Formats: sequence, structure tokens, C-alpha cells
Amino acid sequence: MNYLEVFGLPRRLAIDADELQRRFYALSRQHHPDFHQGATAEEQAKALESSALVNAAYRTLRDPIARIEYLLRLEEGRETAEGTTVKPKAPPELLEEMFEIQEALQEATAGGLGAAARATLLAQRERLRQRYQAEERRLCGTLSQAWDNAPAGDRQSVLAALREALATRAYLRTVINDLSVALGEDEGSLVSNRRH
Amino acid sequence: MRGRLSRIVGIDLGTTNSLVAYIDEQTGLPRVIPDRDGHVLLPSVVSFTREGVLVGDAAKRQLVRKPDTTVYSVKRFMGRGWDDVQEELRYFPFSIKPEDGIIRLLVGGREVTPPEVSAIVLRSLKERAEAHFGEPIERAVITVPAYFNDSQRQATKDAGRIAGLDVVRIVNEPTAASLAYGLHELHDGIIAVYDLGGGTFDISILRVKDGIFEVLATNGNTHLGGDDFDRVLMDWLLDDLRARHGADLSGDHEALQELRLASEAAKIRLSAVERTALTLPFADFTYHRETSRQELEELIEPLVQATLAPCRMALADAGLAPGQLDEVVLVGGSTRVPLVRRRVQELFGKVPHSRLNPDEVVALGAAVQAHILAGGITNMLLLDVTPLSLGIETLGGIVSVLIPRNTTIPTSAREMFTTSVDGQTVVDMHVVQGERELVRDCRSLARFELRGIDPMPAGMPKIEVTFLIDANGILQVHARELRTGKAASIEVKPTYGLEDADVARMVEESFAYAEADVSARLLIETRNEADTVTTHVERALRQGAHLTGEDELARIRAAVDALKQVRESGDRDLIRERTIALNHATERLAELLMDSTLKEALGSKRVAEILESP
Repeated sequence: MNYLEVFGLPRRLAIDADELQRRFYALSRQHHPDFHQGATAEEQAKALESSALVNAAYRTLRDPIARIEYLLRLEEGRETAEGTTVKPKAPPELLEEMFEIQEALQEATAGGLGAAARATLLAQRERLRQRYQAEERRLCGTLSQAWDNAPAGDRQSVLAALREALATRAYLRTVINDLSVALGEDEGSLVSNRRH
Repeated sequence: MRGRLSRIVGIDLGTTNSLVAYIDEQTGLPRVIPDRDGHVLLPSVVSFTREGVLVGDAAKRQLVRKPDTTVYSVKRFMGRGWDDVQEELRYFPFSIKPEDGIIRLLVGGREVTPPEVSAIVLRSLKERAEAHFGEPIERAVITVPAYFNDSQRQATKDAGRIAGLDVVRIVNEPTAASLAYGLHELHDGIIAVYDLGGGTFDISILRVKDGIFEVLATNGNTHLGGDDFDRVLMDWLLDDLRARHGADLSGDHEALQELRLASEAAKIRLSAVERTALTLPFADFTYHRETSRQELEELIEPLVQATLAPCRMALADAGLAPGQLDEVVLVGGSTRVPLVRRRVQELFGKVPHSRLNPDEVVALGAAVQAHILAGGITNMLLLDVTPLSLGIETLGGIVSVLIPRNTTIPTSAREMFTTSVDGQTVVDMHVVQGERELVRDCRSLARFELRGIDPMPAGMPKIEVTFLIDANGILQVHARELRTGKAASIEVKPTYGLEDADVARMVEESFAYAEADVSARLLIETRNEADTVTTHVERALRQGAHLTGEDELARIRAAVDALKQVRESGDRDLIRERTIALNHATERLAELLMDSTLKEALGSKRVAEILESP
């Protein structure tokens, strides 16, 4: 059973968060090991497994980005484990800027970071953050809607667009993290364990 | 079928105190079970005497007289290794064996592991509950700090087994507390539970909705608590003693225990009053010191600050700003400290409360969870999380995270393994917990060996390993060879824990650590009292001989000798009689000494005041 089926949902990206939470609580009441203590060892093991599946499904589906990554995996018929398999890829229109950033980063690691260079890196990181957020908005907005509304024949092209946007996002994320490290900030500044 | 199973009790196995609670069928509310004397808190202290083992208050009274045979705060050692505890070992009168793996405490000429010591505390609570209900108690829910890792949870579960308890659930302390509140008065919303106990700190952020208690994030420090407040105050007093009396007491275990207990008592008083005085009679002098709440606050400020970073991380992981919380609940005795309350209020921008007794609320919550598991409560459900990321070691000592922190449990992850050499029949995995990228910066949990793989060319076997964190927050590992579909056998080598065979042996041996029976206990206590009086009198004789005449001194010395003669006799009444006689013989000298000490103290204060005035 895939994560969407666990929640009785169609293969669509628009999911109402409150409704998802309501179903999560209902499924938890149904499967959580706490409510199966008097059962046989076999039934308890099954409850444990179902409960773990419900939890994993909720964790993935409540996060709109993880949801898209999961959909891609489903459509490609890959293993249904969590975690991204999309390779980071630089967006073509940013290649020139990326080149400058890489140079600045190399200088930063070679010598110290001067005040001017620091200001430039900060400004560049801010631009990339905005671009990153825009990419996320596009993924969760127009691209998700495009998938939900696509006729069967257009689905492959929408999937390709989703894949490319995820690759761009992953790339931006890596560069932003590199910049943060170069600026001497915490690596986790992008909050990797975020919940929605 | 539930009717045939025995009652499940809830146990708070604390660093300083432990409690047992149950749900009153009549009212449906949780209650703590008192001992024969009406005390609900059982000090988590165990003393190994020749006559048997003492637990609780009786053991605590041995701390000063018999520090090297008495174990306290053993929770700090649960599931840990020698390297982890070096820093704080100087605060403990007992030593530990310098070796890899589980800690072995050297106490009174024997070796015991932390789970065995905890088991003695658990057994005492089990017997307390059995006396209360008049029936055997075999099942319990035991609480642990939310930030406890797998080894520490497993050690707690092992302790339960050694005590003869089936531990049906390990539940996190802050979430247990939220369940206790839930039964009483909690409204739907987002709540933060700030839990500062004797030795551990947790912060948990929960969403409460329609009877579901969903933990959104948790964080903490399993080595930070009221014990540490006592230690900074104690270190400060040691410095003062060195400066004012030229006395270095850092190697004197008895004096250190007196100082530690006096520091703890002063800290507690300073939560209610602004100033307090300590008077400690040592062998050659009497130490008197006034201290203020402000001084204490300056000493503990860094420790209180150290609780705030985990709070911020938990908020970030929950995706919340401090202002989005509906309630902030305080749990644990150390939250009585005014500075703690102030800092928590500043951070969350909300007045925190502890409407339920912060010492009892965790045990009450454990009883609620026990009742849920017994089927007595069906509308409440706790959805907790795993506090630390779980991963396996990959090439180059890098951690590959399989289950990130704050994942709702139960949860599982699958990973494929294969062989790297032709004909290889064994594959090993190293499982760690922690938030760092490198294995050496994380906590090693265990090494697993997959055995019995059919010899095949390298890379041919496909072994699917399932890592499952159950509702206790404890890891279970299963493996299956996909080609044949048969389960692969796994050998587990816990890094800091007991192997199954060890636990089985300890269950057998635990009867050797049976609590001393009532008459033996009374004899130990009587002797203890005799020793305390003798020590006090000998000290009085040294310090106050000049205050009285030879006749009186001779009479006192005779009474001391008379008591010493019968101390080993085992005749409790006779020992008590002569203790009382000695006490009586020394009354006048004690009064004279008290007067002169007071004069001395007042005198020195006057000098200090004069020095301070402009």
C-alpha cells in the first residue's frame, strides 16, 4: 500500500492539511500499538507495522515538497523509501552568477573573508534565498496544480518539469549552505527537520 | 482477556527520587502510592551494607557515614560509558572500572552495573505497590527523559526486568506529564513542557487535539539538572572553605557528602527566602556561611542558560515561534528555582505554570499511560517522537541517516545490504544516534552482525534490513535475504549495554541484593544513629574540652566507650539505650559549644560588617 492509499487519497498533489491531520489521528487510533496490548503477538507486530506505515505516510504527505518527491518516485516505480534521489542541477539562467559565487567561495576558503567580499556574499545569498523560495512556491503552486489538472497524455511533461524544479531547488540549497558555511554561520540555518 | 492480566503501575524512576502511581478505579484519577510512613518520594539511593541492601531514606541516611558503599544519582550512569562520566566522577564517592562498554561501579568491595542499582529501587517500589494492593505487581510503565538515547532506554528496561517487572512501555517524562495534565484540565492547543529534574533536562512541544497528544519536537540534555546546581554551589563553598579556613576537603568523601547535602538544602531554601545560612560542624572547626539567592543565581545562571538553546531548537524543529504556544508547563523539582521560572518566561513570553505537583506529575502521567495500555482509557493517545537521528556508518566514517530526529514513533526504515567479497557469509553494521555527520561525533549504539548468508559471489546477496523504532523509542532490527526470503540471524553487540545473557544472569543474582529485612534494617539504622552521635561527641570533645571540667569529660568518655562496646553486639535495644545515655551525658557540653560557636560566628560577622562599611 502506498502512502496516498494509506490515507485513502487519489494520486493528486493538492492535499488539505487539516483533513490530512484528521485522518492521521483517526488512523493512529486504529493502528497504534497502545490500543492492541491485549492482542496476540502476531497482531501486535502487525499493529506496530501499520502504525509505522501511517506515521511515515503522514510525515511525507504533510510536507508539500516531500509529497512531490514521493509522487515522482511512485510514478517512476521506484522503492518507496523516504529521502530525495533528485540530483542537484544548476538552473541555466543562473550559471554565470554561480560561476562568480564559486570564485568568491574559493577565495573565501583560500584567504580570510574581507568586509567587501563578505557583503557581496551576503547579498548573493539573499538573492539565492529568494530564488529558492520562489522555486518552492512554483513547485507547490502552479506545478502541483498542473499535475492535478493534466490530461493523461501531458503527465510525463509535468513530471519532467517537477523533476527539474526539484533539481534546481536542491542545487540552490547546496549553494546557500556552502555560502552560510563560508560566512561562518551554522550549517543548519536552513532547518532541515522542518515540520509543516 | 485483559481481566486475567495483572494491574499495570506507573513508575517515575528519577535521578533524585522515584515514585509509583496507579489509576483509582473509583475516581478515574491517578494517585501516587505512599510507603508505610506516608512518604510518596523514594530517594533513588541504594546502600550496600554487610547486613543487606538499604533503599530510599534509610540509604540516604548512610550517605554521610558510609559514602563509599552508598550509590545515588545512578540515573546519570545508565546506558553510558567510562569516557562519558569522567568529568563528574569527582563528585561521587565511589569509583568505576576503567573499561569499555557498560559502566561497572565499585561499591563497598563489589561491582554493580547501573541497571542493577536501579533495579533495587524499582523492586522497592514494586513491593510498595504490592503491599498497597495486596496482590502481586508484575507489569509497569517506566518513565525516562525524552532525550534519553536507545542505550539509556534499554538500560532502564533491563533494570525493570532485573527487578522482576515486565516493562510494558517506556514513556517520556515530559509527555507523561502532559497526559496527567490532560486528564485534569488541559485545553486543545500547543503546549511546551519544560522538565528540569535532578539530573536531566527535557523540552517537549506538543499539539493536543481531541485526546491526541502529538509531540511535534523534543530536545534536551541528559546530563543537566538540579544535581549540577548543587555542584556549583558546593564548589563555591569548597573555595570559600579553602580561603577562610585553609581547609581542602575535596578528598574527604564524608565531608563532601555533608557539603553536597547542605548545598542542596540551601538551594531549596533559597527558592523561598532571599538569604540563608549554612552551619557545618567539621572535625576541627565549625563552618558557618551566609548565602543569598542572588549569589546562587549568579552561580547557576550558565546552567539555566544551557537549557534555553534546546528550547529554541525544539521550537525551530516544530516550525513554531515562541509566541505561538498556548501553554508552558513546568515539570521537575528544579523548576521551583525562581531563576528557572524567570528565564523560561522570558524565552516563551508566557507565564509558565505547574498546577500539578512537579515532583509527582510524571508518575501520575505514567499511571495514565499504564491505564491506556490496560484498556481503561480509550479516548487518549500519545504520539511521541524519537529524540535523536538514527543512522548507520558508511564508508569513511560518515553517518547515513535512516530515521531523522523528531520522527513520530513507531517508525521504520529499510536499507539494502550486500557482500563485498566472494563467499562472504557475515555482514556487519554499526548503528549510531546523533545529529553530526561523522560517526565519531555520534553515539555508538550497537554493532549488528548478519550471519548465515549463503556463500555467493560478491554483491549477489540482497539483504533487506529493517530498522524499527518501537513506541518505547527502542530500536529493533530485522533482516531478510530477499533471494531466499528467509530471515537472516542477527547478533547484537550493544556498545554500552547488557547482552540478553547478562540480564538473565542478573535476574538470578538480584536476590543476593534483597533488601535487608525489617529487623536488619532497624539494626543498621540504630548503629548508624550510634555512629553519628559518637562522631558528634568526639568532635565536641576535641573542640570544646576547654569549656568544661575533667569530671564531666571523664563521664562523657566513659559513655562513649560503653556505646562502642555494644555497637557490634546486634542487641538493638542495648545500642539504643547507650546512645541515648551518651546523648544525655553530652547535653551540657553541646550547649556550651553552641554558645561559643554562635559568639564566634557573630563576632566574625561584626568584623566583616566593619570591613564593609565605608
